[in-house]
Amino acid sequence: MNNMRVGGGGGGLGNSRSLSSTTKDQKQTRETKRRVLLRMGKYLFQHPATVIVAFLLMLGSNILALAGPKLSGVAIDAIAAGPGKVNFDTVYLYTALLVAFYVLSFIMSYVLAVIMVRLGQKIIYTLRREVFEHLTTLPVGYFDTHATGDIISHISYDIDTLNASLSHDLLQICASVVTVVGALSMMVTISPILLLVFAITVPASLLFTRYKTKRVRPLFKDRSMKLGALNGYAEEMLSGQKTVRAYSREAVIVGRFDRRNDDAVEAYYRADYYGAIIGPSVNFINNVSIALITVFGGILYMLSNTVPDLAPVFVISLGGVSSFVQYSRKFAGPINELANIMSELQSALAAAERVFRLIDETPEVADSEDAAILCNVQGEVDFDHVKFGYVPEKTILHDLSVHAKPGQTIAIVGPTGAGKTTVINLLMRFYDVNEGEIRVDGTELREATRSSLRGAFTMVLQETWLFHGTIFENITYGKENASMEEVVAAAKAAHIHDYIETLPRGYDTVLSDDGVNISKGQKQLITIARAMLSDSSMLILDEATSNVDSRTEQQIQDAMHELMHGRTCFVIAHRLSTIQNADMILVIKDGRVIESGNHDTLMAAGGFYAGLYHSQFT
Amino acid sequence: MKLIFRYLRPLYRSMAFGLSVKVLATLLELTLPYILSYILDSVVPLGEVLPILIWGGAMVLCAFGAFMGNVIANRNAAKVAKNASRRIRHDLFHATMHLSSRETDAFTIPSLESRLTSDTYNVHHFIGMMQRIGVRAPILLLGGMAITLILDHRLALVMLATLPLLGASVFLITKHGMPLYTRSQQAVDGMVRVVREDCQGVRVIKALSREDYERRRFDTANRELVAREQKAGISMALSQPLMSLFLNLGLVGVIFLGAHFVNADLSKPGRIIAFIQYFTLMSTAMTTITRIFVQSTKSAASANRIGEVLNTYAAHPQKEGTGLPEVTDDAHFLVFDDVSFSYNGRKNNLSHISFSLPRGGTLGVIGATGSGKSTLIQLLMGFYDADAGEIRIGGQPLAAYDEKALHALFGTVWQNDFIGADTVAENIRFGREISDEAVRRAAHLAQAADFIEAFPKGYDHELTAKGTNVSGGQRQRILIARALAGDPEILILDDASSALDYRTDANLRRAIREELHTTTVVVAQRVSSVMYADHILVLDKGEIIGAGRHEDLLQSCPAYREISQSQMGGAFLE
Repeated sequence: MNNMRVGGGGGGLGNSRSLSSTTKDQKQTRETKRRVLLRMGKYLFQHPATVIVAFLLMLGSNILALAGPKLSGVAIDAIAAGPGKVNFDTVYLYTALLVAFYVLSFIMSYVLAVIMVRLGQKIIYTLRREVFEHLTTLPVGYFDTHATGDIISHISYDIDTLNASLSHDLLQICASVVTVVGALSMMVTISPILLLVFAITVPASLLFTRYKTKRVRPLFKDRSMKLGALNGYAEEMLSGQKTVRAYSREAVIVGRFDRRNDDAVEAYYRADYYGAIIGPSVNFINNVSIALITVFGGILYMLSNTVPDLAPVFVISLGGVSSFVQYSRKFAGPINELANIMSELQSALAAAERVFRLIDETPEVADSEDAAILCNVQGEVDFDHVKFGYVPEKTILHDLSVHAKPGQTIAIVGPTGAGKTTVINLLMRFYDVNEGEIRVDGTELREATRSSLRGAFTMVLQETWLFHGTIFENITYGKENASMEEVVAAAKAAHIHDYIETLPRGYDTVLSDDGVNISKGQKQLITIARAMLSDSSMLILDEATSNVDSRTEQQIQDAMHELMHGRTCFVIAHRLSTIQNADMILVIKDGRVIESGNHDTLMAAGGFYAGLYHSQFT
Repeated sequence: MKLIFRYLRPLYRSMAFGLSVKVLATLLELTLPYILSYILDSVVPLGEVLPILIWGGAMVLCAFGAFMGNVIANRNAAKVAKNASRRIRHDLFHATMHLSSRETDAFTIPSLESRLTSDTYNVHHFIGMMQRIGVRAPILLLGGMAITLILDHRLALVMLATLPLLGASVFLITKHGMPLYTRSQQAVDGMVRVVREDCQGVRVIKALSREDYERRRFDTANRELVAREQKAGISMALSQPLMSLFLNLGLVGVIFLGAHFVNADLSKPGRIIAFIQYFTLMSTAMTTITRIFVQSTKSAASANRIGEVLNTYAAHPQKEGTGLPEVTDDAHFLVFDDVSFSYNGRKNNLSHISFSLPRGGTLGVIGATGSGKSTLIQLLMGFYDADAGEIRIGGQPLAAYDEKALHALFGTVWQNDFIGADTVAENIRFGREISDEAVRRAAHLAQAADFIEAFPKGYDHELTAKGTNVSGGQRQRILIARALAGDPEILILDDASSALDYRTDANLRRAIREELHTTTVVVAQRVSSVMYADHILVLDKGEIIGAGRHEDLLQSCPAYREISQSQMGGAFLE
């Protein structure tokens, strides 16, 4: 049939990411390939009994199926005697045997298929779990430098590909070997001389396979790439549809879309044009080999009947010709599929390598053995000549020294990119400093356990983070055993209780992308409610109210004061009004503290801060 | 499906050629087993080699003819598919770009996206596939039946009895299995959601040390997915072995009955061999037909989804204005006259909005999220029609403008407006004929010139999709430059400067005020962005709760006073 898969590029909507990784794969050395393969094997052999049973079933069902043509050949020979002379005993015996063999083979291959599905799912489950659990140990830096989409594709698409190869291709290869070897040996027993036919057809198949890999597959890759570009453009323009219309640019945009559309359909056509030869070629080679077998088998059959002392190697019966034709089909199948299986294995190896690379990512440095558990934290924080950069080439903080007394509010001000959020990243130990020290209550951060350090802080960030779960679950996320009363009190303080009450399911409302219509501001109020539940002694507010409109912000100001009361607070905000009351304002520019002091002293100094402050009124 | 035929109609001639070639090629292929049986039953008994070679040569010729025919037909099919889907995709994209806002809302953007990408792909694939195997398989099946009936009608009946069984079982299994796959796809979404959430929320999770909880959450999703995939996999696992079983049992039947027929001189042994060949061909054809059937329901769904959009567009009333009517009223240049509007027809999103702004004036709109600020802009630009009241620009009601002429008046920056993967200059130019000089001037006015010129390639700096490689403030300034570049009559800034620091925001306002004389509408949450406007509207839940100048509002509107105090620390009351 013509609908066979062509390499790895046959289906799919075009994915430029997987494409770029394929080019990389070609550079993959033999050595790494071997290592990856061995490692893949390990997952398979975690279930040795299943693998052995599967292998035996595969062997059994294939051998039984292979016996079919041979048995039917014998039956046909019994028929070939002609009218009135058919040997019915043989026919009955062999047809009965055939039925038994085929039914057995059916049962075995069904059981095998079920076992393989189960085995595959077990492996997938383990792999996904391993990858995910490893993800939870990775430092924040990993997530800052890797696109979420890529991580998701490792845990879904790559693992699926890997598994498909483990639980399907591997068995397929074994089955192919059994079939090829089995069919070949059967054909040898029927007529070794007829095998010469394959001297013509097998090289033709191999040449054709070469054509396919060299000429056609790149075209399919090109097709995926062009489709990817087209889809990317369509998505981009759809998201900006309103803008396009506002500027009446529909015609221009449609024109640009058409260019990409032309490229895409043209690439599709080119791939199809050269791919169009694949199905017919396979059929042609099959048909030619059948024709050759018929001709030479026919001649041999004729000679067997007419020449009495023919050398045994030339002798063939009618049933023999029939069996031979059937075996030749079985024999050709795996050889035609060779290219597909190889390319699938290649992409599986590439996928496996990506998955393993993720599993091998260095996790967060473990807490040192004698790490202190911070408890009853007062909230005294010291930055002592801290130097830090996300990459060695670019230092973000050059020499930062800050001293915060318990209960003080420290506001951090400065232009975008100055390193305000970096301070928070270091404080929470999402990243470790390059030089200098940070101390909480006199304990250096790296000498305390991460969980106790982080537990000493409460955070409200600009990027609100809620997960798919009920509002109740989201609010109690930091304090699992919180009671309903506590949650309601927190929600009331965050001015979100009334809104929650208007929802049909109240606190049990599930937050989802497609579910209730909840605004950015309301989301942020929920995260503020979450923070209200915490009893830690230090607080981080990174643009915490940027999504809340001014009126609501004004209304929750009391609650925010309550939240800040008695805690050491680190506040980042655009709105200067939030900052004015801070005990200390740090103005950070280019990684250095250029000014510090409270509002009044900074205004009196007439520096950068004063300029910033005045600019809001001009 | 109707849609597909509509687009294929101009290509019928080409298709007819391809399909006839395909039919011929398939018929040639079908003669092969016939010749085979003829050689074995009639030529071999002659005892001569030459006729065998001649007939063998005939077989090779037929095979070659089939090969050529199939290649030609397949290439033709690819061409037809190319031409049809090029037009479908063009028309669909054209339609999506011209849908009204209400229509877009009804479809939703993600849905339009998937119609443009996966649905057009499915249709393209389907058109090609139908012409290739969609013709071949039925011909193989029917032609095979015909030939076997001629060859030996008794044996043919054995096969005909098995085929429906084969088809039905494959069909039933697939039908049962497909919904299971849909269900596992939902579980995949569930698993992916946990991963996505955790990647995005890694700081919160680590801050609260909830890694264990997340592991459990993932494990639940993982288990659910595995269970569903296993169920789907197992139910589909039956089809392949079952197909082989039916095929093989059919073969056994042919041999068994064939023995009786040959014995009674009703058939010949060579025919049995030919039948085995035909049976293999036909049963493969049968499974292919079942697959095509499943595929075609999927493609029909895709075609329908495309058709919905095209039909909506075709039925959609084109706004017939008179182009750009003459401005008759400068003193009341922008007017809302008791305008009310609702997105869903139930609850008003704007109620009784009235204001008037002279040409060159500045309107400030302030209010909480959801108060109707952006809706007001959408109505002003004609994206939605007001349910009640009238909007006038330059003394003319909006209905007097055609859409293009209306939009040409505006330079707009939406909240979270979009940046394309292109150069800075092209993002500012946005497909309009605007000189380099004008682009630079716009960037300068938008306070964007400094950072753009600091890029190594300046205005040719490539931005990524959504502008992820520049900061939020830089993005907003590029967007403002885009709005200014067209020298608009009316400038609309919808929360367009929220990411700018106060100083840049102030410089921007000064530049607009001093160097341009456009009528400006500023929507903001910051008092400082609107306080210098000639007229300020304070919106709350779709109603005007305060209107006037900054100083008046401080006196007359308590809500405005509150906002102002909270943002400015009360500095202005002193």
